Amino acid sequence: MIEIFSFEFMRNAFMAGIMLSPVLAVVSFFVVLRRLSFVGVGVAHSAFGGIALGVLLGISPTLTAIAFAIAVSNAIGYTGRHGKLNSDTAIGIFFAFAMALGIIFIGMSDQYNVDLFGYLFGNILAITGEDLIIIALLGGLVLISIFLVFKELLFVSFDREVALVSGMPVAFLDHFFFTILGVSVVISIKIIGIILVSALLVIPGAAASQITDRYIPMIAIAIAVALISTVGGLFFSYYADIASGATIVILSCFIFFILFIIGRCRK
Amino acid sequence: MKEHETDIGNKKAVYAELQDVWVSYYNKWVLKSICLKCYQGEILGIVGPNGGGKSTLLKVIMGLVRPQKGVVKLFGHRPDKHTRLEVGYLPQISKADRSFPVTALDVVLMGLYSRVGFLKRPGNKSRKVAMEMLDRINMAEYAEKSFGILSGGQQQRVHIARALASKPKLLVLDEPSTGVDSVAQEDFYELLAKFRDEMNISVIMVSHDIGVITAHADRIACLNLQIHYHGEPDSCFEPEIMQKVYGKNLNIMVHDSRCATCLKKHEHND
Repeated sequence: MIEIFSFEFMRNAFMAGIMLSPVLAVVSFFVVLRRLSFVGVGVAHSAFGGIALGVLLGISPTLTAIAFAIAVSNAIGYTGRHGKLNSDTAIGIFFAFAMALGIIFIGMSDQYNVDLFGYLFGNILAITGEDLIIIALLGGLVLISIFLVFKELLFVSFDREVALVSGMPVAFLDHFFFTILGVSVVISIKIIGIILVSALLVIPGAAASQITDRYIPMIAIAIAVALISTVGGLFFSYYADIASGATIVILSCFIFFILFIIGRCRK
Repeated sequence: MKEHETDIGNKKAVYAELQDVWVSYYNKWVLKSICLKCYQGEILGIVGPNGGGKSTLLKVIMGLVRPQKGVVKLFGHRPDKHTRLEVGYLPQISKADRSFPVTALDVVLMGLYSRVGFLKRPGNKSRKVAMEMLDRINMAEYAEKSFGILSGGQQQRVHIARALASKPKLLVLDEPSTGVDSVAQEDFYELLAKFRDEMNISVIMVSHDIGVITAHADRIACLNLQIHYHGEPDSCFEPEIMQKVYGKNLNIMVHDSRCATCLKKHEHND
């Protein structure tokens, strides 16, 4: 038990996981209510293009990834509301576009030591002190801003039309949510990876919705699910010597199934 | 179209008024030359076939769609942020998500959000207002129940409590009979008339169900791209008007015991 914390990278990983859990859980609450699961997948994959651009330009891949994720998520949101494209199709297009760009950027860069695998599947060895500061700042910003417009977000998620009629800034709230979705994805990439991060944008909220029908308990349970999954997943991956991102996701899926069964049995 | 001015028009304020309003989508007119008035304290029913422009008309009245031509006035002003606060809206029941994690009280509270203001939370005062509204619709005991487990009729009453919580002057209803059984429908329209009298509000409701509209509206308008009739409910059944609104296949029309023309015939026979 002590041994695991004697490594700085493990301490960093735990701190990152603990800070990210409430962020991902609260975002997943809205992702589930607004049925945006596939948007999470699309945004996460599009972050790859941003990371590759950062590598190519020799600047922080996190910054370029955030720019990409925010741009793509807002583009998906925009085309979903305007235009003759449904958001499903828009996701399919933007996500492929950003990924293809990423592959071209990587090909153009002369750096061969880039840990692409680490970005795709997560690499807790790569979490630096600087990353922790970014997670704390951006994660904190996401949580505070959601807290501030929580009632408006809830109303728009529940009943868009009535929210619009009663004067809620629906378009602003949409873009606000797509932006924090993009930010949350990017700050979680190092610990979980591009391929799997979308799982944590869905599972905590979905798991919590199985056993409660009140929003405050639902958020609390979602946070607990995310915390248990990340902390438990990191422990397990360390002792079993398996990939941490995958372990976190599999653990969260198990928790989902358990809560799903409990929810069925209670009905 | 001839405007059937009634004597209430001389005494009461006009809450919603459309003058020669034209709206098009993708270069096709969906509303043509609409003139409409809704007075304070009346229930105006708008009836017409699906695709006849009913929903668009509601959006125009609520200020969500701007007409290409014509003038819209709510309480004497053009629709804007301030007039929006005076309008309560009741969507079709089927559009609400039944698994959404909120209680009946939470839903009513949403009606007060725009009054509470941005970045603020509804306090005890708002909760008190919301509870009062639930009490007025006889649903106080369901305040802490999940919205999703309520029946269609109960959900509709919660929706009306939400729409009226902010004390609007005008209530707009979209197909209020959808997803509600006929017993609950009767209760609902009774409640609607009660609120009209107690709060002296105007109600505008649209439906394709002509029986419901004629039975419960003070005045009606028949809409199919244009308004073919605007006045008291009992004279809208002129075959000429009906044919213009619903086309020649009149025999597929909904026809029930509340049909005004039939009631009249029965009275004559009696």
